[in-house]
Amino acid sequence: MSWFPSLRLLRLPRASGPDLLLLALLAALVYGLLAVVPGELKRPAAPVDLQPRALPGYAGLSLLRMTAAYGLSLGFALVFGYAAARSRRVERVLVPLLDVLQSVPVLSFMPAVLLAMVALFPRQEVGLEVASVVLIFTGMVWNLTFSFYHSLLTLPQDLVEAARLMRLSGWQRFTLLELPAAAIGLAWNSVMSWAGGWFFLMACEAFVLVDRTFTLPGLGSYLAEASSRGDLRAVALGLGTMVLTIVVLDQLVWRPVVAWSQKFKLELTEDPLGPRSWFLDLLRRSTLARAFAEHVWAPLVEGLDRRLRSGAVSLSVPARWVGGAGVALAAAAMVSAGWGLVSLARLVARVPSEGWAAIAVGAAATSLRVLLALALAALWTVPVGVAVGLRPRWARVVQPLAQIAASVPATALFPVVLLVLLRVGGGLQAASVLVMLLGTQWYLLFNVIAGASALPRDLQEAAASLRLRGALWWRTFVLPAIFPYLVTGGLTGQGGAWNTSIVSEFLEFGGRRYQVVGLGGLITSAVADGNMPLLAAATVTMAGLVVAVNRLVWRRLARLAEERYHL
Amino acid sequence: MEDFRLRPVTTALPAVLLEARGVTVSFPRPGGGAAVVLDRVDLELRDSEILAVVGPSGSGKSTLLRILAGLLAPTHGEVRYRGQPVHGPTPGVAMVFQTFALFPWLTVLENVELGLRALGVAPEERRRRALQAIDLIGLDGFESAFPRELSGGMRQRVAFARALVVEPDVLLMDEPFSALDALTAENLRTDLLELWLRHRIPTRAMALVTHNIEEAVFLSDRVVVLGTTPARVIGEVRPELPHWRDRESPEFRSRVDEVYALLAGERQRRLVHARPLLPRLPPAPVGLVTGLVELVHDADGRVDVRELADELRLDLEDLLPAVEAAELLGFATSHDGDLVLTDSGRAFAEASVQDKKELFRQALLERVRTAQEVVQTLRRRKPPRMPAEFFLDLLERHFSAEEARRQLAVVVDWGRYAEAFAYEEATGEFSLETEEDLLGL
Repeated sequence: MSWFPSLRLLRLPRASGPDLLLLALLAALVYGLLAVVPGELKRPAAPVDLQPRALPGYAGLSLLRMTAAYGLSLGFALVFGYAAARSRRVERVLVPLLDVLQSVPVLSFMPAVLLAMVALFPRQEVGLEVASVVLIFTGMVWNLTFSFYHSLLTLPQDLVEAARLMRLSGWQRFTLLELPAAAIGLAWNSVMSWAGGWFFLMACEAFVLVDRTFTLPGLGSYLAEASSRGDLRAVALGLGTMVLTIVVLDQLVWRPVVAWSQKFKLELTEDPLGPRSWFLDLLRRSTLARAFAEHVWAPLVEGLDRRLRSGAVSLSVPARWVGGAGVALAAAAMVSAGWGLVSLARLVARVPSEGWAAIAVGAAATSLRVLLALALAALWTVPVGVAVGLRPRWARVVQPLAQIAASVPATALFPVVLLVLLRVGGGLQAASVLVMLLGTQWYLLFNVIAGASALPRDLQEAAASLRLRGALWWRTFVLPAIFPYLVTGGLTGQGGAWNTSIVSEFLEFGGRRYQVVGLGGLITSAVADGNMPLLAAATVTMAGLVVAVNRLVWRRLARLAEERYHL
Repeated sequence: MEDFRLRPVTTALPAVLLEARGVTVSFPRPGGGAAVVLDRVDLELRDSEILAVVGPSGSGKSTLLRILAGLLAPTHGEVRYRGQPVHGPTPGVAMVFQTFALFPWLTVLENVELGLRALGVAPEERRRRALQAIDLIGLDGFESAFPRELSGGMRQRVAFARALVVEPDVLLMDEPFSALDALTAENLRTDLLELWLRHRIPTRAMALVTHNIEEAVFLSDRVVVLGTTPARVIGEVRPELPHWRDRESPEFRSRVDEVYALLAGERQRRLVHARPLLPRLPPAPVGLVTGLVELVHDADGRVDVRELADELRLDLEDLLPAVEAAELLGFATSHDGDLVLTDSGRAFAEASVQDKKELFRQALLERVRTAQEVVQTLRRRKPPRMPAEFFLDLLERHFSAEEARRQLAVVVDWGRYAEAFAYEEATGEFSLETEEDLLGL
């Protein structure tokens, strides 16, 4: 079931030293801008129309923003993934930097991006639009970049040699070897990136910053407005529209893309159970599409191929350019890092000791919630996932349903969950864990199903003939065999849980503020209150914590999985 | 007799197309010093000849081929193509890989067109020439298939078509038939030779790297034998038999034996002049070593190694490490290509299962420096435990990092069988554990 990323695809870059320096650099990027940009914005909040007829237009606007952000992300991923894979110097700076950046919650970028963009563009609406796109971009870009970088590092040596011997031009190498070899990973990660985009759409279209609300017309702001007014009907309508949009997009774009990308498998084996798409089959049979491919696409590729080969415009990047770019990048990074250290120190120095105490307590509380959510998720997904995975017929029914359920962003559900729990009791504490569970369980479920359906038949039969049953069956057979998948699911799942904590620990709802002790809540409230020092300190703490846990726990588990439990 | 390439009647040798001069490849070792993969290798590929390079694994024969292709730069020395120094892949030189190296996302036709595409040949011309090459190599009908839809033999045909479509002067082949089953390989070999003999391809010279001695003698005009440690040319055999060659003929067999003797001689020399410190252990699983000793014993203590390999349906290459291990442990010696059991080998073969382990243990601790090193180190420790990294570091002073890992794996395998020491994978620790320890827990 190649719908699921293997451990190898998800493997994080090797441990690297200067994380602290890079944290500082990050702080420079995000908060340093604050010092430059005069942060006075005067604009009344644009009213959001809660009428159902506004929804299609809003959905379209949100899609446009996400598409723009995705385009940016893909471009970024290709350029920087290439640079990192081609030059050791760039790699040494870029890879740890991206590793840290990807563990920074989107919301923490918000004040800096918002203020910078509004200041850069003369018309405020344009600035807001750009800010929104950039924010969505920050939630989409990292995994794409890592995926492309990793694919380039693992190019099959014989193909690289064959390409060199045939003396393919740089452009031909890129389009015929590098991009195809990366296609499956890119397709997969595009799906993940879009899920991430939906997840944070509410935060990216409706900004609350120091008592000011900036909203852009869109599905996210619609949902935010509906829930803050406590209009459950509008919340339901908004959610319905979002799920519909996601499902349609999945059927018409992502599923075909993922199915099509199977063409670029490196293994020379057929997989009849690989992902399929009715829409892709339709396209493949369509004469129009075929005519387009033959008369527009092919000549275009051919022309580009020949023009770029002739040397007039060479896309092949000479090693010394990459090296030069690396040096420039490294120099820029050093300067920014120095500046970042100073800005960070200044900002963080202004955090009073009570602030640090709150951060410590919050970190502990959120860690506990993440653990609890993971444990709860494992508790139901492991038995259910194994039961489904061992029965292909069930899997065919359950899988698509679960995928639709999983596509609903937990963030959008939060107000509903909270409202119900406020009524039946339990309140924000329970709601917070519940939403985190919603944000984390799917990763586990899908991975367990994938693991169980990959259990070799001979082992299943051996277990049956040895009459392994009950606890013994789980302990000696199933759990070790699906362990690598559990690790993959847990790794991505805990990332999801931390992300969710940003939105699940704090909510302004119907004019009231609900907050529980936690690092995510602290970040959100710091943004709402304009408390930049606290925001900086809490963000650095969270990013540090996530990176540390990944390094100390998940990476070790992944290594163990690869060495001991690899089937 | 089929028609075969006419040799020039003049006494002058044909022109040199591709040559290696003093090619040395070495890389720095972690602990200082350098590991030498190739040592001052001279090689000439002349017009209208087929050259075969054979050698044991680790002799750097594939590296040599890649240097000739311009894929790798030698540390010292140079490669010349028609007298011009080679810096990087050269037009006129094409290569076929053991793993085929086909682009899985391109069809057969697109794969074959690829080389022409890189040359900027116009689409119609490209297609015409690609179809011609496909036709030539017997792939017609498969133009629109993807490599994954083809069998191994068909895949390698695509690779040949792709290499030949650019009409190279020189065709280099890296173990081109060794990933194929015997029948398919024979088919493809015959087809290739036929194209060559009938001048159906414009290629002027071919060089192939192989571990299959018969294949080398069957195809080539010259067999160059590479040795290991250090890797250099140790000899050359010229089959000088007309094509098609009969594998069963005495002449053919004697040429094969000549090559084999060169390889065996090299092995003897390596054992006698073992380098100081740690000699390289042949990568033979212990089961194969003990099995070999028993097989030789069953054959009255003497076998022809090449025949034994045939009988066991093993490549000679796969059997040689076990032969070497048996020699190293003192269970057998080589005489004229035959493996002869020693007294201790006979004792080993006749012993009971438990006694075998004891005999193996004695031989291991007497004759294998690496094993001695491990046991002595452990004996000095209290408790007798040591992390694997320690021994790995030690080995890395003598071998490349990759080879050191392989050496450690061999020592673990042999040591475990001999019960000379224990190795626990989970903790990565060596220890001296006796049976009592295990029982007493």
